[in-house]
Amino acid sequence: MDIRSAAEPAATQDRTTIERTSDREVVVTRTIDGPSPRVFEAWTDADLLRQWWVPRSFGLKLLSCEIDARVGGTYRLTFDTGGGEPMAFFGRYLEVTPPTRLVWTNEEGDGGAVVTTATFEEDHGRTRIVVRDRYPSKEALDETIAAGAMNWNDETFDQLDELLVKLGAGTRR
Amino acid sequence: MVQYSDGRLDASFAALSDATRRGVLERLGRGDASITDLAGAFRMTLTGMRKHVGVLEQAGLVTSEKVGRVRTCRLGPRRLDVETAWIEAQRRLWDARFDELEQVVAQRRRKEQIDGHPKRG
Repeated sequence: MDIRSAAEPAATQDRTTIERTSDREVVVTRTIDGPSPRVFEAWTDADLLRQWWVPRSFGLKLLSCEIDARVGGTYRLTFDTGGGEPMAFFGRYLEVTPPTRLVWTNEEGDGGAVVTTATFEEDHGRTRIVVRDRYPSKEALDETIAAGAMNWNDETFDQLDELLVKLGAGTRR
Repeated sequence: MVQYSDGRLDASFAALSDATRRGVLERLGRGDASITDLAGAFRMTLTGMRKHVGVLEQAGLVTSEKVGRVRTCRLGPRRLDVETAWIEAQRRLWDARFDELEQVVAQRRRKEQIDGHPKRG
């Protein structure tokens, strides 16, 4: 399934693409302006990460952000979800190779850690970012997808409705 | 090829609006199950579970087949919609995130030029 070609036929390679590349892996890519050392720094410095990791438009509030970006070091982010217990994301860094590669685990889920590999490749002052989320099993990714659906709100449903209608328009005839 | 018509979409999303039904989908994602298994897993009467499975079947999210006295449920063809939707929601999140990352990087570079040297945070 290639969502981007169906939804945005004219998309350039600079925009964000996402693909489920296997039973247990999802890959996100994007090219942004700026040299890779500056981009890498924004992923490994808590004060910088907190400025962008939670997009303003997503209605989540970042309560805390602790990062020790060394091999074996840990991170912990907590969010206010607008009611109830804060949500925590945490894990450990497996590889820290400035300015090209960062690997960490996400350990908040059941049934094993998700391993995320982010690579940063600079070309003419721009940096291509590839983020690869590898789930412990197909079941773990399927469950994440189903569980993600539980957090959808009315707005999500509206957006999805639009998207599916658009995708459907391409396949119907 | 899966057909997307508005009526079916509404049915999918209405089916997903209930936490038990989303739980059933999650459970069937791990493997097929009988109505009896599902009723047990969700501490529900057989009648109650049949009703939920009926809604999911109408939406195409689940299919079921009766062999002898056991009705076995599995994920239906429109399960793919849920994945498509999740993937798109993730893409939107990362797209917004990368836009803000780009701004953070641009600010750092401006600050560097003013300070005249790269600065570690």
